[in-house]
Amino acid sequence: MIASLIAALPALPIIVPLLTAILLIAGPSRRAQRTLGLAGSLATLAASITLVLLTRGGQVMPIQAGGWAAPYGITLVADMLGALMVLIAALIGLVGLVFTIAAGRDDRFVHAGWQFLLTGINWAFLTGDLFNLYVAYEVMLISSYFLLTHGTTQRQAREAFGYVAINLVASMFFLFGVALVYSATGTLNMAHLAERVPLAPAGTVRAASMMLLVAFGTKAAIFPFYFWLPHAYAIPPGGVAAFFGGMLTKVGVYSLFRVFTIIFPSGGPDPLLLWSASATMLFGVLGALAQDSVRRILSFHIISQVGYMIMGLALASQLGIAGGIFYVLHHIVVKSGLLLVGGAIEETQRTDRLDRLGGLARTNGVLALVFVVCALSLAGVPPFSGFFAKLLLIRAGLEVGQYGVVAVSIIVSVLTLMSMLKIYTTVFWGPGEPRRAPARLVVPAAALALITIAVGLRAQVLYSLTSTAAAHLTQPARYVGTVLKK
Amino acid sequence: MATLVALLVGVLVTTGLYLLLGKSLLRQIIGLSLLSHAANVIILLSAGLRGGVPVIGATRGPMTDPLPQALILTAIVISFGVTAFLLALGYRMHLFGGEEKRDDR
Repeated sequence: MIASLIAALPALPIIVPLLTAILLIAGPSRRAQRTLGLAGSLATLAASITLVLLTRGGQVMPIQAGGWAAPYGITLVADMLGALMVLIAALIGLVGLVFTIAAGRDDRFVHAGWQFLLTGINWAFLTGDLFNLYVAYEVMLISSYFLLTHGTTQRQAREAFGYVAINLVASMFFLFGVALVYSATGTLNMAHLAERVPLAPAGTVRAASMMLLVAFGTKAAIFPFYFWLPHAYAIPPGGVAAFFGGMLTKVGVYSLFRVFTIIFPSGGPDPLLLWSASATMLFGVLGALAQDSVRRILSFHIISQVGYMIMGLALASQLGIAGGIFYVLHHIVVKSGLLLVGGAIEETQRTDRLDRLGGLARTNGVLALVFVVCALSLAGVPPFSGFFAKLLLIRAGLEVGQYGVVAVSIIVSVLTLMSMLKIYTTVFWGPGEPRRAPARLVVPAAALALITIAVGLRAQVLYSLTSTAAAHLTQPARYVGTVLKK
Repeated sequence: MATLVALLVGVLVTTGLYLLLGKSLLRQIIGLSLLSHAANVIILLSAGLRGGVPVIGATRGPMTDPLPQALILTAIVISFGVTAFLLALGYRMHLFGGEEKRDDR
């Protein structure tokens, strides 16, 4: 009984939110919806914590749906990387939902859309099959289209249309890549692909990998495909924006990490990805300097931070990839925290424009403190988690002799700090007696700030986990062997 | 035959992109759905076009690989759903503004 329950565990982070969403679509009362939504998120969080504990020692837990053995059936795989990503998704899903409820922005089908979004995200992290990854993406995206356009004005509907269009074009590239991979290798199972790709014609494989790079790169918002992000993320209310800004681009980053290590290993620092990472960091942060509202500055910083993660992937050493994964996890917590602070400001002051805000530190002391912690962590100041994330990446960069990208990453850190200071000095200092944000809007962001402090103080714990995850990616033998039952 | 189908994919992509880059909302939606058709056709092509009906007993000789057809079926359902969503979004934008052209930014 217990053994079969444990064997089924990797499916739970997908099934629990899916069932919750189906129940929510039936349209119970607002109170029942809130209880159900929170219960579903909590159950997903519990399942994902168990999953992390079970895969901690480097175990790989595959599920072959319907009993069809890989590579013929549909495979779900929970390894360290997948489990960590599911954990962070469940955490941000819960915190964002608490904020959305606290702000009273959970009318009609928002709860159902939220759980469908969580289903798609977790599915993307746990699938072991390239086509299933596409389906998971679409489940995630169509829920995000709904949450994005829910209750929008005309202008926002236009921005949302652009978001849908760009994602559809990226999905087309994804399918092109899938078709090329299938024609070259005759399989779509990731573990099976790891064995077959080296035997396939090099030209087709190169074309397929570029198609997938464009598809995932667009969703991850790397240079030169990042232009859609600041428009789209300016639309939804604070809680939804925190979930989107934290998680959605990171699903793209996760796919890049998975596909460009196991399926298309580079063998050494990848010049294309290194250039793209440097440009993403630099253009993101320069874009942020030109903005004049809290949300837009933070949106541009998502882009520049994605550059750091891609830098870890591009270095292709185990330390680099471990640092990249560390960065992803740290960034999701901190960025969602900052977006929730921005959300709390918007909900209470009815604007997030820098020139209309001021003096918040006088009335909102705790909110200011939370912002400072998250902002310093984002810029990479010790003792917060961001310092260790950047330290790992810079060390990895120096080890493989890529001094250019290291220099860019250090300059961008300084520029990040500068634009965080810009928000802080204009919004929290200056004249004015703004309204006080109610405690229920501050608590979710404060919880995330505490996590970044805790991770910073005990960085070794998370580093050993991400290091295990990176080992599965750089030496996929164990992953491949377990999934294909060799 | 494969070359012809590959050319068809090219035609679908170019017309799709042309419509997508136009100003009218409806044309953009049609363009997007043409792009997803292009993706479906290329998946069909990935299995090769030779071989008989993939039903045991129905054909002698080699059969085509049925898996890409299953993949296409899934992709068609998804693109149907997304197109329906886009049309609904377009209708809402029409109700908001009355004009369906996007302004130049």
